[in-house]
Amino acid sequence: MAVKLPIYLDNHATTPLDPRVLDEMLPYLTQHFGNAASRNHSFGWTANEAVERAREQVAALIGADPKEIIFTSGATESDNLGIIGAARFNKKKGKHIITSKLEHKAVLDSCHALESEGFEITFLDSDPDGLVKPEQVEAAIRPDTVLCAIMMANNEIGTINPIAEIGAVCRRHNVIFHVDAVQALGRVAIDVAAMNVDLMAISAHKMYGPKGIGALYVRRGRPRIRIEPLIHGGGHERGLRSGTLPVHQIVGLGSAAKYALEALTNGENDRIKALRDRLWEGLSKNLDHLFINGSWEHRLPNNLNCSFAYVEGEALMMGIKAIACSSGSACTSASLEPSYVLRALGVDVELAHTSMRFGVGRFNTEEEIDFAIELITEKVRWLRQMSPLYELVQEGVDLKSIQWAAH
Amino acid sequence: MAYSDKLIEHYENPRNMGSLDKNAEDVGTGLVGAPACGDVMKLQLKINDDGIIEDAKFKTFGCGSAIASSSLVTEMVKGKSIDFAEGIKNTMIAEELALPPVKIHCSVLAEDAIKAAIADYRKKQAERAATPSE
Repeated sequence: MAVKLPIYLDNHATTPLDPRVLDEMLPYLTQHFGNAASRNHSFGWTANEAVERAREQVAALIGADPKEIIFTSGATESDNLGIIGAARFNKKKGKHIITSKLEHKAVLDSCHALESEGFEITFLDSDPDGLVKPEQVEAAIRPDTVLCAIMMANNEIGTINPIAEIGAVCRRHNVIFHVDAVQALGRVAIDVAAMNVDLMAISAHKMYGPKGIGALYVRRGRPRIRIEPLIHGGGHERGLRSGTLPVHQIVGLGSAAKYALEALTNGENDRIKALRDRLWEGLSKNLDHLFINGSWEHRLPNNLNCSFAYVEGEALMMGIKAIACSSGSACTSASLEPSYVLRALGVDVELAHTSMRFGVGRFNTEEEIDFAIELITEKVRWLRQMSPLYELVQEGVDLKSIQWAAH
Repeated sequence: MAYSDKLIEHYENPRNMGSLDKNAEDVGTGLVGAPACGDVMKLQLKINDDGIIEDAKFKTFGCGSAIASSSLVTEMVKGKSIDFAEGIKNTMIAEELALPPVKIHCSVLAEDAIKAAIADYRKKQAERAATPSE
């Protein structure tokens, strides 16, 4: 079977809509288009029913009660609402927040925004494997610590943090625990009760749902978490997030959550992991000087983040145009800075420039992986022939010993 | 990145990619940049006694713009005099390839590479003159 190009291997950036999700969304655009808040006619009742069904589906994915799910425009908003909303509501208790340097910008920038409101933020380092340890969190907790925000799985290196253990530490010290779970949904089993999570950010478009819709889980029992809303208006979503609910989007989120829950037990993740492993085995068999970034053991089943030493990331991406993926190199970022996640875990800057991230997805096939292995191998070999660094290494020179005439 | 056709051409069919003998008397080698910056260029020029660049070879670790800049440079200097090569400005490279603003620094590095190769050649010539062979 011929492979259809280009091949999409960037499922950490976004995912295509599952056709089943699209089918379930469509009727809510032109047929059942009512406003879910219209309580007096069938258009509204039908819409409201769909919203509540989606709420149950999202809750089921993370082991929550449907009443604890608030719909938002996406995980960025959920991170803002959870972190800033909880911090502001609880500011009399304290103004210290703990997070990590590897978090998504939605978390980091929300924390930075709170600094101008008098909050002090501790940004924890990860260990060289990219993981944040519960002992680190415990050591950073102070009497005035009010919130801790640690992601379940990292979007760049795919590493999975020990959330349950960190949650236990936070619970012991009465610190609110916010978890960005975007990359973990449908890939790792989540139970907010067992994991002592108080707030959780959820997004649809990383689990084969539409972009522009997400949710925030807000714990209602033991303890009850209170947050200040960011968006004011009609008091929707228990007053926590005003705005007419985009029913078709919410249906899409719920539907995506339903299939994500199935994926945890129907073998999909095993199949995807096998494809990811095949990609890595194929590449490491063909090429030397490859390095995995972050823990291999505690990693999402679909993530491969590795460095192809002596070959720059943007140049490699140009060469493998038929494959969609991403790189941690400076040249691929708008700021010309290499990936801050790789820097935070202590990866050599040189390896950051040569790093590539592949995210396997539900719709990738073995043929696509084999094509990718061939093409990447070919281009890496070609670029290494072009690389003065590879040449020096082949001659036995230690690159660290050279005095580079940098700019 | 929206690159010009010329740039993509140089990336897909680089001119004069390779190496000259760095120990040869008539070869000047320039190695500029740093792995930590994500940009390293090696430019080698084979220069005859009349000061004409007979051959040029490059190797580059860097993005598409860096590769294209160094490839273009080898094309620009082959068959020309050292003086001409020294006069090449990064703006000429940037214009020819229509480099996006964030990539101008690649052309600057290419200009540096030329100067470094010529400096190395000159150093070799000076050493040669100082120690005449039998």
